[in-house]
Amino acid sequence: MSAPLPEDRLPPHALPALAAALFIALAPHGWHQPPWVLSLAGVALGWRLLVHAGRVPAPGRWLLGGLTLAATGLVLARYGTLAGRDPGVALLVLMTGLKFLETRRFRDAMLVVFLGYFVVITNFFYSQEIPLALYMVLAVFATTAALVRVNAGDNGPPWGESLRLTGLMLAQALPLMVILFFLFPRIPGPLWSMPEEEPAATTGLSDHMRPGSVSRLLQSEAPAFRVTFAGEIPGAAQRYWRGPVFWAYDGRTWRAGAVPPAPPAIPPQADTLEHTVSLEPHGQRWLLALDVPVSAPRDARLTDDGYLVSREPVRQVIRYSVRSRPGAALEPLLSGARREAALDLPGDAAPRARALARAWRRVHGGDDAAVVQAALGHFRQAPFRYTLSPPPLRRDAVDQFLFETRAGFCEHYAGAFTVLMRAAGIPARVVTGYQGGTFNRAGDYLLVRQSDAHAWTEVWLQGRGWTRVDPTGAVAPERIESGVGAAFSGDTTVPAFLRRGGDWFGDLRLQLGLWQDSLNYYWNGWVLAFGPERQRELLARLGLDGTDWRALVGLMAVATGLVLTLFAGIFLWRNRLPMRDPLGRLQTRFDRRLARLGVPRAPHEPLPDFARRVTRERPELAGPVAGFAEEYNRLRYGPQPDPARFARLRGHLRALPGRGAALYRQFRRPG
Amino acid sequence: MNTASSPPPSAAALIDGILDQLNTVVFGKKGAVRLALTCLLARGHLLVEDLPGVGKTTLAHALARTLGLGFQRIQFTSDLLPADILGLSMYNTGAQRFEFHPGPIFSQVILADEINRATPKSQSALLEAMEEQQVTVEGTTRPLPDPFFVIATQNPQEQIGTFPLPESQLDRFLMRIHLGYPDHDAERALLQGRDRRELLEDLTPRITETQLLDLQREVLRVHVSEALLDYLQALIAHTREPGRYQTGFSPRAGLALMRAAQARALVDHRDHVRPEDVQAVLPAVGGHRLRPVEAPTLPAAEVIQALVEAVPVP
Repeated sequence: MSAPLPEDRLPPHALPALAAALFIALAPHGWHQPPWVLSLAGVALGWRLLVHAGRVPAPGRWLLGGLTLAATGLVLARYGTLAGRDPGVALLVLMTGLKFLETRRFRDAMLVVFLGYFVVITNFFYSQEIPLALYMVLAVFATTAALVRVNAGDNGPPWGESLRLTGLMLAQALPLMVILFFLFPRIPGPLWSMPEEEPAATTGLSDHMRPGSVSRLLQSEAPAFRVTFAGEIPGAAQRYWRGPVFWAYDGRTWRAGAVPPAPPAIPPQADTLEHTVSLEPHGQRWLLALDVPVSAPRDARLTDDGYLVSREPVRQVIRYSVRSRPGAALEPLLSGARREAALDLPGDAAPRARALARAWRRVHGGDDAAVVQAALGHFRQAPFRYTLSPPPLRRDAVDQFLFETRAGFCEHYAGAFTVLMRAAGIPARVVTGYQGGTFNRAGDYLLVRQSDAHAWTEVWLQGRGWTRVDPTGAVAPERIESGVGAAFSGDTTVPAFLRRGGDWFGDLRLQLGLWQDSLNYYWNGWVLAFGPERQRELLARLGLDGTDWRALVGLMAVATGLVLTLFAGIFLWRNRLPMRDPLGRLQTRFDRRLARLGVPRAPHEPLPDFARRVTRERPELAGPVAGFAEEYNRLRYGPQPDPARFARLRGHLRALPGRGAALYRQFRRPG
Repeated sequence: MNTASSPPPSAAALIDGILDQLNTVVFGKKGAVRLALTCLLARGHLLVEDLPGVGKTTLAHALARTLGLGFQRIQFTSDLLPADILGLSMYNTGAQRFEFHPGPIFSQVILADEINRATPKSQSALLEAMEEQQVTVEGTTRPLPDPFFVIATQNPQEQIGTFPLPESQLDRFLMRIHLGYPDHDAERALLQGRDRRELLEDLTPRITETQLLDLQREVLRVHVSEALLDYLQALIAHTREPGRYQTGFSPRAGLALMRAAQARALVDHRDHVRPEDVQAVLPAVGGHRLRPVEAPTLPAAEVIQALVEAVPVP
């Protein structure tokens, strides 16, 4: 029996548990923080444990104060500020370690526990992937176990019981967590915004295109987005995912440029493909959609150039539904100002390309479509190579590429083609985005990776509007038909993941990858991107459409109340006072179990006599049998039966070896 | 309840002290000694059935001295008259009136030796006094002292010249016990030890009269649960089933069984009665009250064993 603790005394056995929990919660910060941050926190943990073991004296007040100042100074020196994600987390890690170092009393320990929970949260500032989330479940478990130990009294219960209690508490919290997660009224956008420290940390299309800017993405196997279609999935050659459109060319780099607005046009609504995109964060504002989107989701708009732009930069996984119309005519009438912008070339750029274009124009006269075909034919016939590792281009990039190196990736082809078109007097622009995608049968969606990044050209033709022309398709048709991996199947300079496939091992890895990706897809869809849209969708599925936030709060309260009532009911039921001779039932079970164990009790045999006999015959059973006999007799014959004894009686019964042990004994018994 | 101002010794301590002292004189009879004390605490009377010379007198004497009670011995013979037990009035010529001379029964502990040698008339004089705890002689009712405890001894029935006690009279004894021969070690200790008589004289009272009366009242407060009453009634009902015993337990026997079990629980330092208490006292309490129809001569121990085994404990 543990003695009542003085109010503020820390049970000695709680410290190692606390240290372990902190260690688990702090460890992942090792990836994002300079090594000294975690090392210092670790030193503080170890120091306190040594104090606990009586090896070293506890640090004094002045030393602790000095350490705190020094830690703050170090963080300031490293980051120049204490605000922001990285310095804030560094400070939290260091201070958590120091707080643990000075933990002496119960109150300190409770504070450390809550700091531990906070450290768990900060890990999600860096990653919200499934493995980290699973690891954080472990961290929460460890922290809660430490909380249990801190409150367990001087002679705490055995470890197993503490862990069982922790598991029970977390299991009880689980339904409440689910209710709060799904029903808490969502506001559009993140609840708090986290300033991005390094914009380059996220991969994705950039706001410009120059040789190398798209092929850079091929190094990344990371998903760009995932798409589910309401109806049929378009064929491989149709899977162009439209991103930003570039007009302005300065001789090397393509940018959006300042283009006059287009006259308003009513997008066609017939023959559209409805699809839902789950977009990975890329830190920019454009949203990808199947070429050509005709509707914009909430909080986004459709630009004059036919791509979607969100109101806020995409900093977390978002999910939106779009309708697209493949091959829709864009801008059938081109204003003069826009035509000018679509023909603009820097005066000294690409003289040889201009000459080539003029030659085509001379041959085909005013037929723009024929000029386009001639250009495509040129790419097909001339010895162009589609490669990830083109020779570097120095002087005039377009001329050098078209007439000397003839080796490049899609951005080379799209850029050069657009220049050729403009030189021939055909309005043209560059469109970037993605092309292709892997169908994931497990999740029934298309997975588009960063490595599917692509660029192509749009030319404006009289009577048809902007028309997609993909010079890459002329050079490497397999890129368009079978994806980027097929295009590079023999090229050892491309990343291995692009070349796999073919043998069974590659297939297996591919399938596993797809399984894993569908897991991520659901994680993204139901956890990370669970916003107001998704919430509405879920409620509609539950038959609760049109619920406003007040109704949601009410629903949440009712659901929470139901869960709590259920738990309270279970608690009361399990601790109910015995009704109709439950003692007799327990005794019957006790008799049955002991009979199975080979020591049957005669009906007239009083339990203490029986217990003595068992102690003689089967000493290994003596403990629970004697305990049961004592508790039973007190409950059955003693004055004022105490319900707590009832629980102990059950405990003794449980302590007896069960059916399995009895069977084992029967088999083991010789003869 | 103890009313002494100094912290009263607990019932358990008193009882253990008494038992320890008794066992220094009566060798190797712990069970019997315990039963005797149990019987006394339950305010019952004790019948010891055994051969002469096995220590009946020693036990009675030791009990009286240990409890600090007055002790009288009445040797029952065939010519013993009731007045020899109860006392009689004699004319005091000096005072010109009859004066009552109390008989040996006006004592707290009485050893009624070889009770079955006396005539039924004398036997019933004793037994009625035992039952009523008062004596009526020549129209005057005189109370007997309290506590009042009779230890009667009886030779085995088969001996010549005895008047066996009828069942109705046996019922008035709470318990009947056998002392039996001492075992090997006890016999050796007896042979080697000091003279019994000397030992008895050295005994000092371990308890005051008030404390003894308190203990007797304490017995009545020992908790008897519903479940235990169920068990008692099941036992009683079993003895009354037709064709089993010549007579079943009388209500007085049932009451006696409960009291004895309560006293035994107290002797065992418990505040409530358990089935094992009932089973522990049942041979002594029921042995002289039950006679199977089928086998009247079956030893009492076996009769009781069969009874115990027939009734499950709750």
